[in-house]
Amino acid sequence: MKISVVITLKKDVLDPQGKVIHQALDGMGFDDINEVRQGKYFEIDTKETDPKKAKDKVEEMCKKLLANLVIENYKIIDAQ
Amino acid sequence: MKSAVITFPGSNCDRDMDVALKKFGFKNKMVWHQDVELPKSDLVVLPGGFSYGDYLRCGSMASKSKIMQSVINFANSGGMVMGICNGFQILVETGLVPGVLLRNKYLEFICKNVFVKINNKDNAYFRKISKNVLELHIAHNEGNYFCTNDQLKEIEDNTQVAINYCDPEGKIEEPFNPNGSIKNIAGIFNKEKNVLGMMPHPERMIDHSLSGEDGSHFFNNLINNLK
Repeated sequence: MKISVVITLKKDVLDPQGKVIHQALDGMGFDDINEVRQGKYFEIDTKETDPKKAKDKVEEMCKKLLANLVIENYKIIDAQ
Repeated sequence: MKSAVITFPGSNCDRDMDVALKKFGFKNKMVWHQDVELPKSDLVVLPGGFSYGDYLRCGSMASKSKIMQSVINFANSGGMVMGICNGFQILVETGLVPGVLLRNKYLEFICKNVFVKINNKDNAYFRKISKNVLELHIAHNEGNYFCTNDQLKEIEDNTQVAINYCDPEGKIEEPFNPNGSIKNIAGIFNKEKNVLGMMPHPERMIDHSLSGEDGSHFFNNLINNLK
């Protein structure tokens, strides 16, 4: 079963990389952007076949390693 | 006095730290990250470098390595643990000290000498140190100290700020903040003050002809405090 996780910076955390990407896009003519925030994406292929159990495991992984909850939020996208 | 320096894959200041500790009288042992037990030590040091290639987040992989459980137990039982640079990043990832270290504000790798003011001398690291301001070296890409407002309040209420970036006279102001850290914070303690994490490298300032000697002040004072 494959599960995807998206990790994003919390709202109040400064994202200088996102800012620079925003500026670059602006310079390329994409001038109607309000904000760019950079994040991380993970695909986890697990042997677990029960979607609920797999999701719980991935949630634990997020809390323990994949995300730093002081600055980041995680979102488990789909179990399939 | 016995010390131990942990070497992770990608550590690169471990041997500098070994040289510094020995120069000031510590009997130092190098410990591999896959070891399970710490040798009997009065001080454990997590050195600078790029453990695990800074994968995921700086220090995050190293914080889960085998030896770290022993380091965490040692710290929780009152043992002295000091993390320098990448070692500081590892400490925040273990949760032994609060906050995180973000990418530097202006996205530059910063490698230069800075001045730091000692904010709290009521601990075994800085007790009786004669100077109030030290000139030390920094070299990092992720040294921008960040924590939530609640954490900051707690850190300040418990006088956990160890050192702040400042000018040569000790003035703590924004122009002397190299990386965007909240309140110019360069190093912090845990609540009990036996764990210290800091971005500057004292081990790079121990030779008059090569650098400066403020690191010597630090180590000399440290070993005297531990005796």
